[in-house]
Amino acid sequence: MPKNRPRYLNLKEIKQPIPAIISILHRVSGVLLFFPGIPILLYSLEMFLGSLQGYTEIRFIFELPQIKFSLIALFWFFTHHLCAGIRHLALDLNYGLRLEYARNSSKMVLVVGFFITLFFGVMIW
Amino acid sequence: MVKRIVIGAHYGSRDWLVQRITAVIMIFYVLLLISVILISAPHDYVAWKKIFGNQWIRITSLLFFLSLCWHAWIGMRNILMDYVHKTSIRLTTQILIILSLLFYIVLFFETLWS
Repeated sequence: MPKNRPRYLNLKEIKQPIPAIISILHRVSGVLLFFPGIPILLYSLEMFLGSLQGYTEIRFIFELPQIKFSLIALFWFFTHHLCAGIRHLALDLNYGLRLEYARNSSKMVLVVGFFITLFFGVMIW
Repeated sequence: MVKRIVIGAHYGSRDWLVQRITAVIMIFYVLLLISVILISAPHDYVAWKKIFGNQWIRITSLLFFLSLCWHAWIGMRNILMDYVHKTSIRLTTQILIILSLLFYIVLFFETLWS
């Protein structure tokens, strides 16, 4: 196969449509949920259920502002991944395949993810 | 009719389906857990311990976590196959991911049943 095939895509120069942004954020949030997401989940669960001492300690740690910010960020990865995933399931079932629907549902994923995260942030603060 | 000859290892469509099934399992688990927490409104350690002491919660939690690990494996593998083209690096990373997920499963089991 010739190595000097022409390349038509320059990712830095083309402007990504919103479904593409949602899609790449789905991947990025997925990776971040794998790491550090799962280790944090396991650590918190062990502290939470392991002993009364651990429970008190993790409650204290979760009260620290910088930890709260990280938790909110992690929660956003989760909600975005969830919302974009539900959108994917709908697309797999042939719902919302038309371009304008696909664009609108992408915007909805961003907006819904943002507001659920905002709600979570206000709740834990 | 065009005769399509499928080449490759043939695990693609199975994994595609598994990723969606595990996703749906996780959605149901999250909804279940939210309802349980809203209904019982635990305020201290004993109350939390009681929720996760329930055998059904433990079983569904384990089902959730196994789904999570399988889902994560397929996702991570797909991403590595897309972006990491050097076989040695990809293979090493994949092995590390499998080992860490197995380790996580043991940890999760240990946390719930102790």
